[in-house]
Order: sequence, then structure tokens, then C-alpha cells
Amino acid sequence: MDLALIPNGVQRCSLKVFVPWMLLWLVILAGGLLSAFLCFYKGLNQTNMNHHFAFGLWIVFDLSLIALGAGAFFSGFLTHIIGEVFIYPYVEDLKAIINAAVVIGFICYSAAIAMLGVDIGQPLRGWFIFWHANVHSMLTEVSFCITAYLGVLTIEYLPLILSNRKLNEIRELNIFGSNLHHAMALFAAAGTFLSFFHQGSLGGLFGVLFARPFAFREGFSIWPWTFFLFILSSIAAGPSFTLLCVWIAQKVTGKELVKRSVFTLLAKISGWLLATYVILKILDTISWAYGVVPRAGLSFMDFYEGPYGVWLIVAEIGIFGIIPAIILITPRLRERNDLLIVGALMNITGIVLNRFVFTIQTLAIPVMPFGKFMSYFPTWQEWGIAMGAVGYGILVFSLSYRYLPLFPQEAELNPIRVLGKAVTDSGIVKRG
Amino acid sequence: MFPFVFEWGWDAGRLIFMGLLYLVLGVISLGLLYAFVKTWLQLRSPRRK
Repeated sequence: MDLALIPNGVQRCSLKVFVPWMLLWLVILAGGLLSAFLCFYKGLNQTNMNHHFAFGLWIVFDLSLIALGAGAFFSGFLTHIIGEVFIYPYVEDLKAIINAAVVIGFICYSAAIAMLGVDIGQPLRGWFIFWHANVHSMLTEVSFCITAYLGVLTIEYLPLILSNRKLNEIRELNIFGSNLHHAMALFAAAGTFLSFFHQGSLGGLFGVLFARPFAFREGFSIWPWTFFLFILSSIAAGPSFTLLCVWIAQKVTGKELVKRSVFTLLAKISGWLLATYVILKILDTISWAYGVVPRAGLSFMDFYEGPYGVWLIVAEIGIFGIIPAIILITPRLRERNDLLIVGALMNITGIVLNRFVFTIQTLAIPVMPFGKFMSYFPTWQEWGIAMGAVGYGILVFSLSYRYLPLFPQEAELNPIRVLGKAVTDSGIVKRG
Repeated sequence: MFPFVFEWGWDAGRLIFMGLLYLVLGVISLGLLYAFVKTWLQLRSPRRK
């Protein structure tokens, strides 16, 4: 029924398979919408957030999604800004992945902003942060940049949507999509600028908390070290997340969507950035432990108690930092498919853990001598919204994969043969 | 956000912060304008018909 919409040269599963797949994720998205409705209708008492935990699961998810969505801006920067000049041997591999990276970035940022809409409790007043901007607040900077960057991602997504087989037949849309594509370097540059600052400001947000020594960091000029560490960790995790999503898409579809060299390139980029990040993170932790902590009249172990023990720092930096960095930078290890995926997954886990630690553990630690360690566990409504974001993401990615030329190498890697002859216009071939 | 909003002040913080924001928004708008105008010109051009 939808054959005419399927891109040329590729084959897709039948609607009998696709519709139940979509229904599964629609149900999860519906769960998220129900949770959001409850939060709007009954208020934020539907969550386990309180005066201690003003940030909860949604902010952990937001920060993680924004870090993992960094693959879009970083791939765009590498492909459109420095690709043709400095890393031209790798541009073809980057072009094979850039569409998927943009779609993943769009999903991550739109989901994060939708979740923030619930988190602020009264989204109808969401515009206050723009209109009555506090220019000394890192959070204002983050709000401006993620909103503007979602606009950039939408613009970057548009040529891909307009290249749909049917939309492409409309001359006006075809020309407009092509012209947008010509201006892509400009949008990529704007996206890089916006991303650099909002990724950094998300870290700076914690680093400036002078009254919370666990998060507070010294730094350069107005920027605490967390500003730079958040940028570095996001560009280390972004390519790994893109790699993992494409690998999952390959497993689900049973097709080779990009060449192996694309995975190797993403792993190499991710690995070296992660290795740099881990070294700087270790130095930052040591300088914090011997600088900020004693000056606050505390000891290292004062920050690790209850469910938020020392295991967290061991897991974040040691297990999910050093190990994936070694896997991804060692050619012999990253050439093995199983280790490549484990390395990418561990890298992502480490960065998500980092965002969790900064969001939740920072708030769990008492700030007064008579205070006690708090703990937080989300309600089902909070989980529902977070899972709804996952369902939404898979829906958008599935639709994009089915109807848009997401992977330029797919047709070449999976030639369709009809009566022994390779055909390029599979969309009109009646299957079965 | 705008000079006519009551909190506005002509200080360095606002000029740098808002100046950079409007610069980026301007660049994005220019890119869109380029695509719209070029499309309009190409649609008017008889060569493309």
C-alpha cells in the first residue's frame, strides 16, 4: 500500500510487519502521554521530586539525551565544516552516517524539550525564560541554545524529509530541499556554536554551585572545568550512540546499512575523545578531592554514602570510562564486532552515569552539618514519560528509515534482484 | 530578551549574551532566506521548467 513512498533501490518489510512494530512503540508513547496528562492535571505531586530533589529522572534523561544527541552536531561539524579540508579521506564515511546522526539528534532534542515541558509544571509559562531572560544564568543559556538548536536540527532534517520519493516529485519542494542542502554548512556552523555552548553550560550549571562542594569546580574565566568536561564527554558519547543506533537498526532490519569502515571511523573518533575526556576527568577529580573538598572542611568519603557510594565513581570513570576508551582506541579490539558494540555501549553508560551523578548525587548530599543523605527513586509516572521519549524516538527513526533515504550506502550494500537482475527502482516492484 | 522588556539594562552581560544569540539567529535566518530566495528565483527561471 505504501510502496510508492519507499525510497528507490531499497527494500522494506511489509506493512503486516511494520504496523505491529509501530503499535508496540505507540503503546509505550501512549503510556508517556498518560503520565504527562496526570502531571499536568494533578500536578508534580505525581512525581517523587521534592524540595531536596528539584531535579529528578527527567533531568537525568534530558542531560543524557542532549549528550547522546551530540553526534548530530559533531558529525555535522566534521562533515560540513572541516571535512573537505582537514579530514577529506573520511568524508565519504561521514556522509554515510550524517542523515542518521541528524535524525537521532532531532529525536534526542525534541524529546528532551518535550520532557522539560512537563518538568517545568506549567508549560504555558515556559516562555518566561525567554522573555525575562536572566543573562547571568547558565540555565537561561541552555534554554536559548537547545531551543535554537532544535530549530537548526529541524532545518537539517527538512531536506531529508523532502527527499522522500513522493515529496521529491513536487518541483518546488525538490528545489527548496536542494537549496537548503547547499546552505547546510551555514546551519552546521550555527549548530556547532549553539551545541558547544549549551553542552558546556549544562556542565557549568553544576560547576558554579558554590554551596554544593560535590559539584563545585574552579575553572577558566567564568567557566568551571565541568563546562569543558561536559562538551568533551558529549562529543565522545555522541558518535558512539549513533554507532549503536545504526547497529541496532542493522540487527532489526537484517541488512547492512553502512560499510564496516563507517563503524570503525565512529569508534575511532569516539575512542580518542573518550580517552582525552577520561584523562581530564581523572585530573579534575584529583584536583577536586585535594582542593575543593578540604577547603569546604569535608573529606572525600563525606560525599559517598547510602545508595550513592564510592562504587559510582569507580563505575563512571573506571569501568565505563577507561575500559571503553581502551577498547575503542585499540585497532585490534575495535575491529571485533562484539567488542566494538560493548565499547560503544559502555561509553554511553559512562556518560549517562556521569549525568546521573551530577544531577541526583549532587542533590542527595546534605549541605548543612545537621542534614542527612537523601535518596530518590522515580514514580511510575516519571518512568512513563521517560519511556514515552524512547517510544517516540523509535517511532520517528522507524518512519524515517522506512520512507526516507536515511543510509546512502544501503542500496549498494543490499542490491535487490528480480529474476536474477539487480533493480534500482524497488519501490514499484511488487514483492511476493 | 528585548530592550523594551522592563528588566532590560544596557550592560555588558546582556549585550554579549543577547548579541551572540541574535547573531546566531541571524545566521540561521540568512540561511533560510538564501534557500527561499534561490528557490523562488529558480522557479521563475524558464531554464528549470
